[in-house]
Amino acid sequence: MLDDKDRIFTNVYGFQPWNVDAAIRRGDWDDTKGLMSRGQDQLIEDIKASGLRGRGGAGFPTGMKWSFMPKEPKDGRPSFLVINADESEPGSCKDREIIRHDPHKLIEGALIAGYAMRARAAYIYIRGEFIREAETLFAAVAEAYDRGFLGKNAAGSGYDFDLFVHRGAGAYICGEETAQIESIEGKKGQPRLKPPFPAGVGLYGCPTTVNNVESIAVVPTILRRGPAWFAGIGRAGNVGTKLFQLSGHVNTPCVVEEAMGISFRELVDKHGGGIRGGWDNLLAVIPGGSSVPLVPAAQIIDAPMDFDGLKALGSGLGTAAGIVMDKSTDIVRAISRISYFYKHESCGQCTPCREGTGWMWRVMERLREGNADISEIDMLEEVTRQVEGHTICALGDAAAWPIQGLIRHFRPEIERRINEHRTPLAVAAE
Amino acid sequence: MSDAAPTPDEAEVRARWGCFAWTAENETTAKSMIGRYPPGREHSAIMPLLDLAQRQVGAETQTQGWLPVPVIEYVAKAVNMPYIRAYEVVSFYTMYNMAPVGRYHVQVCGTTPCMLRGSDDVFAACKQRGLAKGRTTPDGLFTLTEVECLGACANAPMVQINDDNYEDLTFDGMSAILETLASGGTPTPGPQNGRQTSCPEGGPTTLKYMAEAQA
Repeated sequence: MLDDKDRIFTNVYGFQPWNVDAAIRRGDWDDTKGLMSRGQDQLIEDIKASGLRGRGGAGFPTGMKWSFMPKEPKDGRPSFLVINADESEPGSCKDREIIRHDPHKLIEGALIAGYAMRARAAYIYIRGEFIREAETLFAAVAEAYDRGFLGKNAAGSGYDFDLFVHRGAGAYICGEETAQIESIEGKKGQPRLKPPFPAGVGLYGCPTTVNNVESIAVVPTILRRGPAWFAGIGRAGNVGTKLFQLSGHVNTPCVVEEAMGISFRELVDKHGGGIRGGWDNLLAVIPGGSSVPLVPAAQIIDAPMDFDGLKALGSGLGTAAGIVMDKSTDIVRAISRISYFYKHESCGQCTPCREGTGWMWRVMERLREGNADISEIDMLEEVTRQVEGHTICALGDAAAWPIQGLIRHFRPEIERRINEHRTPLAVAAE
Repeated sequence: MSDAAPTPDEAEVRARWGCFAWTAENETTAKSMIGRYPPGREHSAIMPLLDLAQRQVGAETQTQGWLPVPVIEYVAKAVNMPYIRAYEVVSFYTMYNMAPVGRYHVQVCGTTPCMLRGSDDVFAACKQRGLAKGRTTPDGLFTLTEVECLGACANAPMVQINDDNYEDLTFDGMSAILETLASGGTPTPGPQNGRQTSCPEGGPTTLKYMAEAQA
């Protein structure tokens, strides 16, 4: 278990106030100027050396992402940092805790990251439904301006940096980076074709980097304690601390910061109060938010919770949001509800996703009741393959994977339902 | 609100909302919202302005507000955007209501993490009080909408009513909240089982000194 002294988010549950004075007592805004004086290239090198991988789901190395930004402004275009606080992935609820209880970690991180990538300003895109959280964030940003941490000569560094908050209005797809940029520009959030990538042409046509809240909020602490400290936690290639979220059938669902690579068993026993009804009652786990395939109990129990550990199980770490399902779960309904989510959230731009998500959900609903033919399981599997990889953004993939995971691991259960549904019909026919 | 049909732009709507204009206070707020974006990029402010307009409509009607067509036209004009572009935004995002809602907009999360923790019971409590999905109760008090994940999964099941979240619900807990609202009271937002935010029930497993420092 991670030592308390190695935890970054010391106010994750909000036992202490979020305001700037309390944040300073917790160590935020401590010689930010000194950190920035290391120079932009050195900051990027430090983040690279820390091994930090993006906390939004894809796990792309954060330092490398920053290094894609232009070092000199091209034809007078400024650069922007966009911070993705559109936390909408079912199962995920970590960024909310950072925003409402530790917003100054995020704001300080925004300044340092923005400076390192030579951004003129940052926008924090917070999902519309986080109404109280957005109020806290607006107030925290205003505090930072009052103290001179933002604006002209931010934190006394000699660098001018502005930070704005942009509220969304209820669209999961705006968590996709180019859809998010479209949304900030005042359009409906439909993803852009890539290339060009945002680092070349992003917000208002200017170079832009989009980072997750957690990726940015951990930056000041990593720099203060040194990249080697962060890189020393967890396993090679999967280092650092991470906010894990446990929901579903554990005794005490919670958000908790732990070392990457902690085993699922330890995570649940230490913080989740165990599985409801004991470990023998565990059916399956969706380890990284709704977009990743489920993993059956036997495979997940002693698996390390990190990018590579879960990839090896045919799933993924995603946002580290574990949705736990015990044996009382109607597993087909659970996945079908996820299919409904993607049907609801498809932006409608690409036909395979717009039509496919609805089609897959309707078939899933029939499979749930068993009102189908055995051959339709394979047909559904094939349709998921036709959606996967044939859309502009990854929402199509995200809609396909949970179904593929279900069919891979629970085909006998689906077949049982179909056979049971058929039997009364056959009897009636006789 | 995706569950109800949009209210068409008919004479009645135009008569009521045709002369919509910002209140003095919102006029100032609107200016500061536009000021968050670079010069020439005022289109970016369409989303916060629509939200502001919906809240003003809500304040004028003692409800959670909605966006009649004349109001969308007014907001579009404020940022020099063609009406149809603004309408596109309104119809794309679920938080813009295209039909009137009640005084309390009850948005129950039905996505898998909440479903696993008993959102069916939360819906049952709503049904028992006479709420139906996509409808407003005859007394104009409650509108029920099933929404997709609201990002409070460690506190599932949950509901968002107006601007507040109510978490860790049960059938009885949800019934009590609706009862309190109906009788003009204010339920306490947050977890309904007494725990601190997303901390494990029964006390933190980490950073215990932070909790002790509070006491």
